[in-house]
Amino acid sequence: MIFSFDLLVNAVVSGILIGGFYAAVTAGVSLSFGVLDIVNIAHPAFIILGSYTAYLVNTTLGVDPILTSIVLAPAFYALGAAIYQIYYVSFEKRGQESLRGLAFFFGLLFITEVSLVLYFGVDYRYVEASYIGPTWHFGFIDVPLRIVVPFLVSLLLIATLQLVLTRSFVGRAIMAVAQDQLALRLLAVDPIRIKRIAFGISIATASLAGAFLIIIQPVEPSVGREYIGRVFAICVLGGMGSLPGTVIAAMLVGIVESLTATFYGPSWAPAVSFGFLLLTLAVRPAGLLGR
Amino acid sequence: MSQLLEIERLGKRFGGFVALEDISLSVAAGERVGLIGPNGSGKSTLVNCICGTLRNEAGSVRFDGHRLDGSTAHQRTHRGLARTFQLPRPFASLCLLDNMRIPLLYTVAARGGGRSAPDIEARCFEVLREVGLEDKARRLPRELTQVEMRKLELARAMAAEPKLLIADESMAGLTHSEVEDIVALLKRLNEHGVTIILIEHIMRAVMSFSQRLIVLVSGRKIADGLPDQVVRDPDVERAYLGQ
Amino acid sequence: MRSDFFLLICIAACAALYGAAAALGNDYVFFAGYVVLQYVVLSTAWNILGGYCGYVNFGSAAFFALGAYSTIAMHKLHPLPIPLLVLVGGVVSGVVGLGMGYLTLRLRGAFFAIATLALAVVLQTLVVNWDYVGGSRGAYIVRPETLAPFGPYIRYLFTIMLLLAAGAVTVARLIERSRPGFGFATIRDDELAAEASGVPTLRLKLVATMISGALMGMAGAPFPYYIGFLQPSSAFGLDYAVNSIAMPLIGGTTSWVGPLIGAVLLGSLQQIATVTISSAVNLLIVGCLLVAFVIIAPNGIVGLVRQYIQHKPEDFVGRRKVEADAPEHAP
Repeated sequence: MIFSFDLLVNAVVSGILIGGFYAAVTAGVSLSFGVLDIVNIAHPAFIILGSYTAYLVNTTLGVDPILTSIVLAPAFYALGAAIYQIYYVSFEKRGQESLRGLAFFFGLLFITEVSLVLYFGVDYRYVEASYIGPTWHFGFIDVPLRIVVPFLVSLLLIATLQLVLTRSFVGRAIMAVAQDQLALRLLAVDPIRIKRIAFGISIATASLAGAFLIIIQPVEPSVGREYIGRVFAICVLGGMGSLPGTVIAAMLVGIVESLTATFYGPSWAPAVSFGFLLLTLAVRPAGLLGR
Repeated sequence: MSQLLEIERLGKRFGGFVALEDISLSVAAGERVGLIGPNGSGKSTLVNCICGTLRNEAGSVRFDGHRLDGSTAHQRTHRGLARTFQLPRPFASLCLLDNMRIPLLYTVAARGGGRSAPDIEARCFEVLREVGLEDKARRLPRELTQVEMRKLELARAMAAEPKLLIADESMAGLTHSEVEDIVALLKRLNEHGVTIILIEHIMRAVMSFSQRLIVLVSGRKIADGLPDQVVRDPDVERAYLGQ
Repeated sequence: MRSDFFLLICIAACAALYGAAAALGNDYVFFAGYVVLQYVVLSTAWNILGGYCGYVNFGSAAFFALGAYSTIAMHKLHPLPIPLLVLVGGVVSGVVGLGMGYLTLRLRGAFFAIATLALAVVLQTLVVNWDYVGGSRGAYIVRPETLAPFGPYIRYLFTIMLLLAAGAVTVARLIERSRPGFGFATIRDDELAAEASGVPTLRLKLVATMISGALMGMAGAPFPYYIGFLQPSSAFGLDYAVNSIAMPLIGGTTSWVGPLIGAVLLGSLQQIATVTISSAVNLLIVGCLLVAFVIIAPNGIVGLVRQYIQHKPEDFVGRRKVEADAPEHAP
């Protein structure tokens, strides 16, 4: 372990930047798990799907991946709404979400990943964009643009989401459905429809998160798996459904991972977030900003 | 008379919402106590805190001379507490008979004196007979009406052979004669030494059953005394009419 | 039927199976059969915690790999005969299961499930970085060609797995018919009501996790001898994770018969399929079957058969959902 101040600062900076991206990745789960109480462990698979759709459009039409992901977000929204409808009818209504619902999402995770392997193969794929490549230098701090851009857009995404959840009627209905379905019905709002919208939004964020991912690093179908634990760790640490909490937790995890990778080697990095998760669950299940 | 249940300055919050504040009450062995209050006053929360389903932040609960703080719900049941749930929670994949078997296998057996399998089965039938459900012993809970489910809840609590039974709205939806049947059943249980706390909205039942009446409003105890006196208490009137 | 009698029948069935396999004259049957039997143990083990108690374990591969890697570690330390290795694997996995259960079982089932995912990754990372057992490069175990009185060594491994499968099924059946079986069912149906009825839910959950983990570890212990060269990616393989969940859910989770049927059917299909189609398509089919069964036939094959025999549509027995269910903490 060679300790140097340069290395430390760079590690922290890149941890913060990656953390912003992690927050975007987790935002969808904050919504589906934190607010709706749906354990969608297939969320990372949808993110990888987002990466591949961005990749396809980028290689065939040369369009910027982030732009693609925004354009395709409605399609992902529709997918999410459809999945929720199946989930609701098959599991939530019957009270079987704990076993079969989980197995359902696990099955979806598998189907998505294996389908991608069959269609695209296991080679790493990457996209081209003007900001992938250049690196800004601030003294001894190196900041690759391909991480900065997703970082900025991630924060924008989260800010937009937070605004929608706190200011719009649909957004507030979503936050309310977690707490009091009966009250919603009395306001002539169908809780099932609200949950469908929320889950749709959750999957729509996966489209963008996928684009961010493939900008930051090359992607192959099994990359999603290392994000499962990360995403739930951040969600729980961030207090389950609190978007500001998610951002803080994401940056914390990003920094610790980055420091671990820099000083102990990258092969230990996957264990960090999972270790975080186990620790959080054991010690403070309500998260940092616990509700 | 020894106090079976002693609750001292119990408090429970959910985030910023104060569900129970400074609740102190005691129940003597063999008593029949009624607990009433408007919806949302904290009755079920109180039951949950007594039985260990929820942890209270403030105050203490003593049962049969022992402090209950820190013990799990099942340990409290072993000590002799039993309760029904306001919304019935049967074991859906087990038939009614097996629903009765659970308290016998786990609670009664834990207190010592193992029973043989035929004895247990007989006792299960006996309990179901008390509530009039022995015909449906081999059926599953989903085949029951709401009313029958409430009776099942009561039967399952009785099967645990408790010292103190807390019946949480066991009579909702019952007809006049069915209410009388349940009140008679509870009085019979009481004669056999079971202390009973009855939580009900059906005033007729509460008044005929209770030796003492406690009133909870917005998480606080506002009255505790003889039923006839309590219902004439101006605070109680205001709580019910002025809500 | 009493359990010891059942075990005897099982062993008799095992002897018959062995005889039939030997009669076919092709050792490939033993190789394929070993894998199917492995899945019988894994599915039965998974079902004890998943089907009986309702707690989903996504990390079956972790417990399986723990068994395999404790064999490798022991092999370097002090070689032992396989039956003893099986015991060691069982103990190691059982203890880890207990530890993880203690950390997470006081929380909701969903958190436990996610924690099992986490465990799998943490363990894999640890193993990959642990050179003593070969790390990412892998570890070799040299196995003898033959072993008397079996002949080819694979027949010996097959027998061990056969006996393990018989044992696992007997244990599952024993649990089902005993007091813990009732206790597990109440945990699955309604944990709050179970506690209120006097069921020590945490203790039972820990027991289930320990038994389940131990059985999975036992299934993994002979694996290095079967495969000869063990890499973390094969021990922690995807197929173990998905199959140990798919097989019980497709077979039927409410009894010991379900995982057995699921493992035999699905396992055999996959063994046939790997010869003809790629392993990726294989896994895709398993995933699709899992999703299809879970939606359409939640009680699995066992449920479908019951339905057919009783001539009436079997509604799934779930917790009755009352509209506008008051949330847990309603005052």
